[in-house]
Amino acid sequence: MTHLARSAKYASLILASLVVLVPLVVVLFAAFKTHSEYTTSGPLTPPRNWLNFDNFATAWTNGNMLRGFWNTTVILVVSLTGTVAVGTLAAYAISRFSFRLKRLVLGSFLVAALVPGVTTQVATYQIVKSMGLVNTPWSAIVLFLGTDIVSIYIFIQFMESIPRSLDQAALIDGANRFTVYRRIILPLMRPAIATVVIIKGIAIYNEFYIPFLYLRSPDLNVISTALFRFKGPYGAQWETIAACTMIVILPTVVIFLLLQRFIYNGITEGATK
Amino acid sequence: MRGRNAHWFYLAPALALLITFTYVPVGNMVWYSFHQWDGLDPVMEPAGLDNYVRVFTDERYWRVFLISLYYFVASFAQIAIALYFAVVLSFSTRFRNLFKGILFFPYLLNGVAVGFVFLYLFQPDGTLDSVLRLVGLGGHTQYWLGDPDVANISLAGTSVWRFTGLSFVLFLGAIQSIPGEIYEAADLDGANRWHQFRFIIAPGIRRIISLSFILAISGSLAVFEIPFIMTGGANGTRTFVIQAYETAFQFRQIGLASAMAVVLLLIVLLVTWIQRRLLPDEEVTLT
Repeated sequence: MTHLARSAKYASLILASLVVLVPLVVVLFAAFKTHSEYTTSGPLTPPRNWLNFDNFATAWTNGNMLRGFWNTTVILVVSLTGTVAVGTLAAYAISRFSFRLKRLVLGSFLVAALVPGVTTQVATYQIVKSMGLVNTPWSAIVLFLGTDIVSIYIFIQFMESIPRSLDQAALIDGANRFTVYRRIILPLMRPAIATVVIIKGIAIYNEFYIPFLYLRSPDLNVISTALFRFKGPYGAQWETIAACTMIVILPTVVIFLLLQRFIYNGITEGATK
Repeated sequence: MRGRNAHWFYLAPALALLITFTYVPVGNMVWYSFHQWDGLDPVMEPAGLDNYVRVFTDERYWRVFLISLYYFVASFAQIAIALYFAVVLSFSTRFRNLFKGILFFPYLLNGVAVGFVFLYLFQPDGTLDSVLRLVGLGGHTQYWLGDPDVANISLAGTSVWRFTGLSFVLFLGAIQSIPGEIYEAADLDGANRWHQFRFIIAPGIRRIISLSFILAISGSLAVFEIPFIMTGGANGTRTFVIQAYETAFQFRQIGLASAMAVVLLLIVLLVTWIQRRLLPDEEVTLT
């Protein structure tokens, strides 16, 4: 490659990195500034004191962030466990049994994938309401379970690669079908389960529309809605909003640094299959 | 769990969820769309095609489709930027993993957090204005979110910032699945990078590019979070989903909101169908 092309390549990479990082870094700056410092200094100026955690303390207590994180964790754990159970069971039936309506069942999952969740929310809301789930964590949980077609597909795809001779050997040894699922298939599915847990986990942590619509009571705030509710009362106090934003972003940074490779693979597998 | 119908035992939970939260709502939505209903009254007034007529004739309702065009155009920029960096970073580059991480990272961020970060960026005398002054373009500062001519462009730009990482990783994954020997053979034949892109990479990742376009179209019709959080739909930034949300949940016109949703659903299905006709999916592996 010529010298010029090489320089252009690195220049473009550095420019893109700046475009990604600068908006985030300035918010980090603001989070450490005192109110008077915030009003007098420009956004690109770093804070005078990097150990000023006052804004974080205000954001944490006034935004009830602990409750937000707790609610998010509960919803995340229950929904992910449920998705894995429901999805692997369905994939097991489709992959290992032959029955007459199989094509219809598979087709109904496929067609459902074409219906964007946001379009049906008006009608879905009436159903969730009639079940008495609005303003309970279960509304978000059943919706995160129910709208998921991609994970069933990932599970089916992966299960097809597990040799059937394993099932047959176990069946000959006297295991019943459920034992085969529980003892043989499920442990072998670990990579697929990890993929689903990662992509679904990211989606649930970041979801805004469903909690905003169904979890109205402040006690049920998840982190997205807890952060959103800051906008009104703290509209003019950007340093507090900035601190709260950083609190929400921090776990993502940590998880990303720890699981980078798995996240990339999970996203690629989730989207293309 | 034995016997001929054992499979239904395994399928039941998934099917129950699928039917309750996807098929029944779609059916109900079509039913509601021909009625006038506030969501509470036990009686629904039949309305014939009135709701649909309103969606297509009242400017408030059809205008939101035009707003999608901003996001749709922006998604072309997103795909082009993602494709460029995916190609660059699939060849040996210093700090490759660092750049990969930085470019992908925004996709993982919480939508509300992204909204706040950019609200801060676009403020008068905020980050963007300061950067422009720093590089000598101070004359170009403006009300990024306050001016209706500019606001949608700012919001669509935010959306590009947020989602480019996703397209980038999808392209990168697809490029890496092309066997390395093909490039070596091409190198021996004297092909340059452009030839390699044109004749090896582009055809090799055609499917994922076409998938990105479907996602771009349905995504740009379904934009909600960014404008809702940043402007609340003010200054001409109201998108389809914001309008449907307000119609249904603030003005309690469930029938009208359902008609909007049916129209959106039909557009998405039509686009998917056209895409399937133009680029048939050769690799259907599911039995």
